[in-house]
Amino acid sequence: MANYVRAHEDPPAVRLALILSAVAIMGFVVVVPLVNVFVGAFAEGFGTYWKNLADDPDTLHSIKLTLMVAPVAVFLNLIFGLAAAWAIARFRFPGRALLTAIIDMPFAVSPVVVGLFLLLIFGRQGFLGTWLREHDIQIVFAWPGLVIATCFVTFPVIARELIPLMEELGSEEEVAAVSLGARGWQLFRLVTLPNIKWGLLYGLILCNARAMGEFGAVFVISGHIAGKTDTMPLRVEKLFQEYNMVGAYAVSSVLAMLALVTLFLKSVLEWKTRQDLAASERLRAEGGAT
Amino acid sequence: MSHVDVNRRVLPGFQLSLGYALFYVSLLVLLPIGAGVLKASSLSPAEFWAAVSSERALAAYRLTVGASVVSAAVNLVLGGLVAWVLVRYHFFGRQLLDSLVDFPFALPTAVAGLVYSNLFVENGWYGRFLVPLGIEGAYSRLGIVLVLVFIGFPFVVRTLQPVLEGLDRDVEEASACLGAGRLATFRRVTLPSITPALITGFTLAFARSLGEYGSVVFISGNMPYRTEIAPVLVVNRLEEFAYAEATAVAVVLLMISFTTLFAINLLERWSKRYHG
Repeated sequence: MANYVRAHEDPPAVRLALILSAVAIMGFVVVVPLVNVFVGAFAEGFGTYWKNLADDPDTLHSIKLTLMVAPVAVFLNLIFGLAAAWAIARFRFPGRALLTAIIDMPFAVSPVVVGLFLLLIFGRQGFLGTWLREHDIQIVFAWPGLVIATCFVTFPVIARELIPLMEELGSEEEVAAVSLGARGWQLFRLVTLPNIKWGLLYGLILCNARAMGEFGAVFVISGHIAGKTDTMPLRVEKLFQEYNMVGAYAVSSVLAMLALVTLFLKSVLEWKTRQDLAASERLRAEGGAT
Repeated sequence: MSHVDVNRRVLPGFQLSLGYALFYVSLLVLLPIGAGVLKASSLSPAEFWAAVSSERALAAYRLTVGASVVSAAVNLVLGGLVAWVLVRYHFFGRQLLDSLVDFPFALPTAVAGLVYSNLFVENGWYGRFLVPLGIEGAYSRLGIVLVLVFIGFPFVVRTLQPVLEGLDRDVEEASACLGAGRLATFRRVTLPSITPALITGFTLAFARSLGEYGSVVFISGNMPYRTEIAPVLVVNRLEEFAYAEATAVAVVLLMISFTTLFAINLLERWSKRYHG
C-alpha cells in the first residue's frame, strides 16, 4: 500500500511543489501584510501604541462612533435579513428572482456611488435638502447618514447567509410545528431560530465586521470631519494623510484584530452548523426508518 | 413543487416578511439609485456626454476596468492553485490556510490599502527588494493591481472549492486507466468541468474590483490620467462641488456594475445546468 501512487493522484513531487506554492502565495498575499499591521503598530513600543489610541481625542471619538454606528446598522440589517430569508427561502412568488438579484446589488455597486446618491437625496442641495433643513434634521455629515450608508453596503450579508441555510434545512419541521398549533412568534422562537442560530450568528458577526470596516460610502456621506464624523477606517486615512504612520497603524491594528476574531468565530460557527445539519439529517433518517 | 404550495397555505408571515423586505429594499436601494438617475437626467444629453467622455473620465474607466481584469486574471491563477491544494491534498496547516483565505473579506479595505502601500514603498518590506529592480509597487498602476489581487483573492478560491470537492474522482481514474497522462487528464477531463466555476470566480473578483475605493486610494497616488480610478474621479469631482459631473460618471460606473451583475446571474444559471 505504501509505495505506489494511485493513477488519479498527483506524483509526490508535484504535490509538494503545489503545496509550497500555495503556502508562498498565501504568505505573500495575506500573512505578511497581516504581520506588517502589528509590527507597524508597535514600531515605537507599547507606550506609543497605547498613547496613539487612548490619548488622541479624535481617534477615541472615531472608535466611539464606529461602536455606535455599526450595531445600529447590524440591527436594522438583521430584521431585514430575517424577513427576506423567510420570504425567499420558504415561499415561491412572482419577482422572487428579481428580489434575490437586488439583494446582491450592493456587492457590485461601488460604495462611492452609493454615498454620492445618498448625498443627492439628503445633502443640502439634495432632493430632500430644503425639507430636512426646515425641520432641523441632519443626515449628511452626521451619524444618521453614516448609518444609512453602512446599511446599504452591508444589508445583503445576513440575508445571503440565511437564505441557502434555510433552503437546505427545508420546511418540514416548521410545517409540522404549525400543524401542532405553533403560531407566529412561537414558531420562530421554538423551531426556526434554534435551527438557524449558528448561521445567523455568523451572519451577524460578518455583517458587523463589514459595517465597522466600511470606507467608501461613509467617506462621501460623512464629510470626513476629524473628531465629528470620522469612523475608524476614515481615521486611518486621515492619519495616513498626515504622515502619522504609527498612528494609522495603531488604529489599523484594532481593525485587524476585529478581522481575526471574525475569522476565528467563523470557523467555530461553521463547524457548529455542520454538526447541527448532520444531527438533523440523522434524526430524519431515523424517523424515516421507524 | 407541491410542498411549496403547502408552505403558502400553512406557514405564517408571508405577506409581512415579503412586505417588509420590499419596503426596506425600496427605501435603501431603489430610492438612492432613482435619485442618481434623476440627477443625471437633469443634464442635457450633450452635457452628460461631455461629462462622461472627457479625456480624464475615459482614462479613469480604462484604468478601472483594465486593473480589475488583470487582478481577476491573476487571482484566477493564484486562487485556482490554492483551491486545488486545499481540496486535493492533506497536509499540516491546511485548516489554518483555509480559514486565512477569508481574511481579505474580513479586513477593512482601508487597512489593506495602508499596509500594501507601506509594503511596497522604497524602504518597505517588499519595496526594498523590488524598487532597486525598478518595480514600483506603491503609487503606480501596478500598486492598484496588487491591492485588488488582495481584495478579490477569496472569490476564485471560494467558488472553485465546492466544485472541486464535488468532482467525481472515478472519471479521472478512468481517464488514467485509458492511458491519459496526469496533465492530459487535467486538461481534458478536470479543466472542462471546473471551467464554469473558474469563469464565475473571475467575474465575481472582477465585479468586486470595479467599485473598490478604500484600498486603492491609499496605494495609487490618485494622479489624473495616470493612476486615478473611476470611483476616485467621482470623489474628486464631488470635492469640486461638480455634483452633476460626479453623478454622470457614477451612473456610467453603475451601468458597468449592473452589466457585470447580470453576467454573473447568467453564469450561475449556466453552471447550474452544466452540473445538473
